[in-house]
Amino acid sequence: MGEVIEVNGPIVTIRHAGIRNGEQVRIGDLGLIAEVIHLREQNALVQVYESTESLRPGEQVTGLGHPLSVELGPGLLGQIFDGVQRPLQKIMQLSGENISRGLLVDALDREKKWHFVPDENLVVGYKLSAGEILGTVQETETIEHRILTPPDCVGEIIEHAPEGDYTVEEVIARVSNDSGSVFELKMYHKWPVRTPRPYHTRSNSIVPLITGQRILDTFFPLLKGGKAAVPGPFGAGKTMVQQQIARWANADIVLYVGCGERGNEMVDILQSFPELKDPYSGRSLMERTFLVANTSNMPVVAREASINVGVTMAEYYRDQGYDVVMVADSTSRWAEALREVAGRLGQMPVEEGYPAYLASRLAAFYERAGMVSTLSDKTGSVTLIGAVSPPGGDFSEPVTSHTKEIIRTFWALSKSLADARHYPSVSWLESFTSYDDRAAAWWSENISPQWANRREQALSLLSEADELERIVNLVGPEALSSSQRWVLESSGLIKEAVLQQSALDPVDSYCSPQKQFNLLELMLRYHDAGVELINLGVPVEQLIKLPYSAQLKRLKSAVSNDDLQDLEHLADRIRKKFDEMRAEYSKEKEVIL
Amino acid sequence: MSDLEYRKVSSIHGALMFLKGVKDIAYGDRVVIRDRQGQKRNGQVIRSSADVVLVQVFEGTNNLDLENTWVRFLDEPFELSLSPDMLGRNFNGIGDPRDGRPPIISNVRHNVNGLPVNPVARSYPREFIQTGISTIDGLNSLVRGQKLPIFSGSGLPHNRLVAQIVRQAKLPGDVSNFVIVFAAMGVSYSDARFFEEEFESSGVLQNVVMFMNLANDPPMERLILPRTALTAAEYLAYEQDHHVLVVITDMTNYAEALREIATEKGDVPSRKGYPGYLYSDLAEIYERAGRLHDRHGSITMIPVLSMPSDDITHPIPDLTGYITEGQIVLSRELHSKSVYPPVNVPPSLSRLMKDGIGKDDTREDHARVASQLYAAYSRAMDSRNLASIIGAEELSSGDRRYLEFADRFENDFVKQGSDDDRSVIETLDLAWELLSLLPPEVLSRVSEEDLQKYHSWDGS
Repeated sequence: MGEVIEVNGPIVTIRHAGIRNGEQVRIGDLGLIAEVIHLREQNALVQVYESTESLRPGEQVTGLGHPLSVELGPGLLGQIFDGVQRPLQKIMQLSGENISRGLLVDALDREKKWHFVPDENLVVGYKLSAGEILGTVQETETIEHRILTPPDCVGEIIEHAPEGDYTVEEVIARVSNDSGSVFELKMYHKWPVRTPRPYHTRSNSIVPLITGQRILDTFFPLLKGGKAAVPGPFGAGKTMVQQQIARWANADIVLYVGCGERGNEMVDILQSFPELKDPYSGRSLMERTFLVANTSNMPVVAREASINVGVTMAEYYRDQGYDVVMVADSTSRWAEALREVAGRLGQMPVEEGYPAYLASRLAAFYERAGMVSTLSDKTGSVTLIGAVSPPGGDFSEPVTSHTKEIIRTFWALSKSLADARHYPSVSWLESFTSYDDRAAAWWSENISPQWANRREQALSLLSEADELERIVNLVGPEALSSSQRWVLESSGLIKEAVLQQSALDPVDSYCSPQKQFNLLELMLRYHDAGVELINLGVPVEQLIKLPYSAQLKRLKSAVSNDDLQDLEHLADRIRKKFDEMRAEYSKEKEVIL
Repeated sequence: MSDLEYRKVSSIHGALMFLKGVKDIAYGDRVVIRDRQGQKRNGQVIRSSADVVLVQVFEGTNNLDLENTWVRFLDEPFELSLSPDMLGRNFNGIGDPRDGRPPIISNVRHNVNGLPVNPVARSYPREFIQTGISTIDGLNSLVRGQKLPIFSGSGLPHNRLVAQIVRQAKLPGDVSNFVIVFAAMGVSYSDARFFEEEFESSGVLQNVVMFMNLANDPPMERLILPRTALTAAEYLAYEQDHHVLVVITDMTNYAEALREIATEKGDVPSRKGYPGYLYSDLAEIYERAGRLHDRHGSITMIPVLSMPSDDITHPIPDLTGYITEGQIVLSRELHSKSVYPPVNVPPSLSRLMKDGIGKDDTREDHARVASQLYAAYSRAMDSRNLASIIGAEELSSGDRRYLEFADRFENDFVKQGSDDDRSVIETLDLAWELLSLLPPEVLSRVSEEDLQKYHSWDGS
C-alpha cells in the first residue's frame, strides 16, 4: 500500500515501498489504472491511463506486481478494445455511453464456452515445449484459434482435458517442469506488452501483401511481414487508404488500431465491416478483424499503450501461424503522447518538443513486424502499416523523417492530388518501396512475366510527363513535340484509368492483381500503338480526338474482376481503328517514297 | 472542507496562483476566490501536491494580493446547472448570466469536462443537412452530428456565412428544427451584436443559448467556455431530444489562451509555442459533436477559426483539420473578387459526405458530380495558369472552354446571395449546367447514364 503525493494532470507522484519500474498500479478511491514510469528516491512517478480529475494527495495506491499485460486467447476477434485492452462493448453495458473511470473489465469473456479440440500430441508424458500448440478452437467461421503454450512454459504433461466445451478460465492441461513445479494451462495466457513475443527464426518474406489498390500493389508493393508508412496532411485521405487496406488486404487477421483519431472512424468500421465480404473467404470481414480504439478524446497516456497492446495481440496471432496486418492510425498521435509524458517529466526536448528517444521507440515498434518461423514451427507474419500525420503536411518533421528511415515502403499522400479529388492521393513521385525486386518475382510467376517491365515503363512515363508539365507551365504546350504531347496524354490516361481508384464504387473498390496488370498493360499498349502511329506521321491531335481515352478511363469501374475478357472488347475496337490508321498512313508514306 | 477559506496564497503570476500549506486538495477542484473588496473570482486546481496547490484563475489575477485573498475549495469539479430555461438566455464562460436575469437553478448539474464518449455508443452520422449554400450542399455536404469547421481569415465574411447556415440549415423538405448553442470567445462587441441581431431578426432567438466572452473579457475564461457551452449542448441534445447546432467562434482565441496558460505553467512548447497537448485539448472539444445510439438528439458543430496570416499549416487550423470531419476554407482572393461566400473549393472537404448523399438522400449522381466539379475546376486552374503565361488568345479551344467553366463556376455556383436558399436539387442542376460547357469525353468521373440524363452538350 502506498499513497498519492502529487497530482499533475496524467502524471501522479506516489510513495509506495518496493514498487518496480513498469509495474501496474491502481490509484485512489476510484482505482484508476496506471503504470510506473520513473523511480525517484522513495517516490515513483506513474502515468495514469484515465483522467485524474478529483484525485487528491493522500489517497491510497496499490501496486499490482505485474507490468501492463494483455490477455491472449479465443474471443479477441470481432471485438473493440480500448488502449489498455478493456472491451468497449462490455464497458458500455457497465457504464453507458460515457466511459467512467476505474472500471476493471477482463478482455476475454469469462462465461463463454469454446469447443476445445486437443492436439494429437496432447498425451500424458509428452514433453511440451514453449509456444507449442495445445489444441484448437473455432473462434469465428473463418479463423481456427490455435491454443498456444505460453512462451515461458516448458515441461511434461501430467494431465489434460478431453475434447469439450470450456471457458477460458478452465484448466485444460497440467504441466510439470524439471524442478517439479506444476503449472496449470488455460486457453489463454497473459503477456507483457512491451516485450516482443519470442519466435524461432525470422525469414525473408517473398509474398506481397495484396491490398486490391492499384497504386499500392502495382507501383509501391509491400510484402507480408513488411513495414510501411502512410504520411499525409489532413484531408489527404489517410484514413480511407488505411480502411481500404483493412478491408481488402489478403491477410488472415486484420487489427485496426485507432490511436488518437476520431470516434466516428471506429464507428464506420464497426458498422460497415460486418456487412462487407472478405474477397478471399467470402465471409463477413468482421470475422477476421478486431480493433483497438483510443480516440482523440480518450486519455492521452493510454494512447501510448494502445500501439503496444495492439502489436502484442498481432504477434499472438502470428505465433498461431497467421498473416496479420496491423494498421495504426496514427503513429503521430502516439509520438505526441510520448512527448506529453516526457514534457511532464521535465525531460529535455530535442526536436519540436519530442524527447531524444523518439527515434529508438519508433524503430523498436516497427521492428516487431516480420515474417517468422514460430515456436510451433509454423510460418506467420506481422505487417505493420503506420499512418503519420505531419504537422502542416511537412515531411521533414521528426516523426515522419524518423519513420522514413525505418520503414521500407513509403506511401506519401499529396495534398494537391486530394484537392483535385484524385484518390488515393498517393504521390507517384514521393513514394518509394524497397521490396520491388522481391515483389516482382511473385508477380512474374503468378500474373505476368511482363510485370516488372510494364511497371517500370509506367513509372518512367509518369516522371517524364512531370518534367514536361513543368515545361508547359513555363512556355505553353506549343513548345512540345508531337511525341511529347502523346506522353502527356498517356500519363493522364494512366493517372485516371489506373492510379485513381474509387473506394466507394463497388466494382472498383477492390481490384484483383490480374485486373491491375491487365488494366495497366492495356493503357501502355494504347500508348505504344500511339507512339507507332505518330512515328508514321499521324498528327497527335487526331489521336487525342479519338473517343477511346474516356472509354478506357471508365473500364476500371465498368469491368469487374471476374469478367476481365471484357477488357478486350474495347481493345479490339481500338486495334481495328488503329490498323486502319496505320494502313492509311503507311500508304501515304509509300506514295511519298 | 467547502466552508473553509484559506488565506495562504504564496505567489501569484499571470493567471496562476500558488497556495502553500493547504492539504489534500483534489485535482480539478473548483475554486472561489474573494479579493480585498469582497469581489468573487473563479478558478480551478491544475496541480495538487501534499503542501502546494496551483490554481488557475479564470478572471485573471489583477489586483489580487498575497495578504487579503481568501480561497475556498468547493470540493467539486466544474459543473453547470442545466434546464430547458437556458434557451433564449445569454451566459458567460462559467455559466453565470450576462443578461441581468437570474441564474439557472436546477437539480441537473453536469461536469463541464464530461467523460469521453465510448466509440461503441456512437452512431455514424448520415442525415444530409441542406444549408442552401451550393459549395457546401453540392461539394462538401454537412450531415447531422458532423463537426465541420470554417477556416477563415481576418476580414473575411465568416460571420455572414455562419449566420446564413444557421438561418437556412434544415433537412431537405423539412422545416428548420435546430436549437442553436452559440459560443463566442474573444469576439468583438460588434460581432457579438451582429449575431444577436441576426438571431432576433430571423426569429430564432428563443431557440438559442449564448455563451459569450468578448474581446475585453478575461482571456482565461475562454478555456472553460467551449466546455460549458458543449455541456449545455449535450443536455439539450441527449436529454431534451433536440437537434443542436453548435457554433463556436473563434477557436484561434481559445488556442491562444491555452498557449498563454501553458507558458505560465512552464509546459514544454512544441510548434509556435503551443503546448504539445494542443491536439488532445482541441479533440476534447471537437469530439463532443456526434450522434449516439438510442438518443433522439444530435450535436452538429461548426467551429470558426481564423488562420493566422491565412496560413493553413499554422498549428491551430492544422490540428483542427486532423480532428474535424472536413473543413470549409474561405479564400481572400475570391473575397476580393466580391464572390460571396468566398469558399475556396479545392482545399475544402467534408469527410462524412459520402454517407449522407446519393439516391435516397439527395440524388443518385451527387457524388460523381461533386467529384467531377472538383476535377474540372482543378483542371481549369491549370488553364488559368497557362493563360497567365502565354495569354488567353494562345490557348487551345479546350483550354478556353475550361477558362469559361472556371469563371462561370465562381460567379454562378460559388457566388450566391446571403438570402439565396438553394435546394440541393437546384444546386445539382446548376452543376450540370456548368458541366455542359465541357464536352462529354473529358467528363470521366460521371457515368454514361449521368451524361445521358443530365448533360446537354451542343457539340460546339
